[in-house]
Amino acid sequence: MTFLFYLFAALALFGGIGVVVCRNPVSAAFSMIVSFLGLASLFIQLDAYLVGILQILVYAGAIMVLFLFIIMLLDVKEEEKRHFPYISFAGAGAVVTAFLVLVILVLNRGGTSGRTLPELAATEAGGSDVHRIGELLFGTYWFPVQIVGVLLLAATVGVVVLSKKELR
Amino acid sequence: MDWHLIIAAAIKIVVFVFLVTLPLVAMSVWAERRVSAAIQDRVGPNRVGPFGLLQAVADGIKFLLKEDFTPAHVRKFYFWLAPALTMVPALLTCAVLPFGSRLFGEKMVIADLDVGPLYVFAIASLTVYGIVLAGWASNSKYPFLGGVRSTSQMISYEISLGLSIVPLVMIYGDLNLSRIVHEQAQNGWALLPLWGEGLSLKGFILAIPIFISFIIFTTSMFAETNRLPFDLPECETELVAGYHTEYSSMKFALFFLGEYAAMIIGSGLAVTLFFGGWSLPFGWLTPATLDAEVPWWHGMIHIGTFFAKVIAFILFFIVVRWTLPRFRYDQLMRLGWVFFFEIALANVVLTALLLWLL
Repeated sequence: MTFLFYLFAALALFGGIGVVVCRNPVSAAFSMIVSFLGLASLFIQLDAYLVGILQILVYAGAIMVLFLFIIMLLDVKEEEKRHFPYISFAGAGAVVTAFLVLVILVLNRGGTSGRTLPELAATEAGGSDVHRIGELLFGTYWFPVQIVGVLLLAATVGVVVLSKKELR
Repeated sequence: MDWHLIIAAAIKIVVFVFLVTLPLVAMSVWAERRVSAAIQDRVGPNRVGPFGLLQAVADGIKFLLKEDFTPAHVRKFYFWLAPALTMVPALLTCAVLPFGSRLFGEKMVIADLDVGPLYVFAIASLTVYGIVLAGWASNSKYPFLGGVRSTSQMISYEISLGLSIVPLVMIYGDLNLSRIVHEQAQNGWALLPLWGEGLSLKGFILAIPIFISFIIFTTSMFAETNRLPFDLPECETELVAGYHTEYSSMKFALFFLGEYAAMIIGSGLAVTLFFGGWSLPFGWLTPATLDAEVPWWHGMIHIGTFFAKVIAFILFFIVVRWTLPRFRYDQLMRLGWVFFFEIALANVVLTALLLWLL
């Protein structure tokens, strides 16, 4: 199954490069969707079905639709003509190089080669990854989940208030 | 690598998707035209073959032979990509629907995932890209308006669609469609708990939230598949033909087929979740356990039952289309956000309370 790994990793990378390289904002957004799909496939290959499906459902299916929706309302021709100053290329190059150096240094320190990862909890009957994530979220970590829920609710209410013009 | 599994999966994909679902798409187009004709007191297509049954073949040939015209002002790449993007996700969602119990020792489902309904919603949410890109790539007014309408409509109704099945998942405690169907086969369909453990006070009381979910689910399904009364993205009287105005021949046909394929998958999901999938009523011919062997003729009957239910549901879709008038756009948004969203949330709380009390 390594073949499939390389296929989808290439898809994710290809999409990622497309996001940066494409002049047309719609193409860039579309590349991002492709990249998310590749990433989701990688999650699914690791038996993390729920994470992979949520990646598609939330990011590719909901958030990127909104992105595309906004981008379509822009003047795409204007965006295509825009030129970036060369200093931004230098900055981006510096960030990428620094990140690559960091990754290489970390991997050369031995990485995971000498160590074995902890065993996954034994799968009991009916214990799919959905069940395990559910038990963790609503059992062990119920309090943080509630806090995050309240925070998100506050953010939603705030957005509604801010976007209403007549309220001020 | 286990070649046995791969070959079995390939056979299931070819038979279920290409030999059953695609012809079913063609037949539902025929059924749509005949039923609409009957409702409007016309005759409908009855010339090609017996009862006009071969009309679908004639239509297919016509679509393939017509001139494929690409207008000069479109954005070519996305213009070509969009029809495929509406058709492919619709067919991909077939993968998790259990269309039968077992046949020759094989589970009659292409991928027995533990996240069945979520997978369907995730892939179905990609359908919107086809419509959005078609509207944008056509580079003209009406398709663009259709695409914009469709985006907001599908995002709005995705939420109530997802929330509507939460009560069901809470009651069954599982996201695996095969197990949900087996549970219904033994203890009564979700909407008709008339046998097994379902035939009790608890079963009848839990049928109330399930009925509310069913109403929300079906209505949202109409909105997600852009069918009347929610076909605002392509309503003729306002937008010519909406997002596919600029399309001709097979590219137009792909949008058309994608819509019907989405309708069939939606019916399949509704049947699986609410009407016991492949199971016969009153627990007849139900396998004792999920992994029990089933005689081949039981397996065939189960497959037949599933498709009979799906076809009945498709006919319901069609009759509704030719019975109800179209909603106005603000009414559509109001219905989605103000009514269904809240009712679905309240339904989740209601189910939790009932499960806690009973």
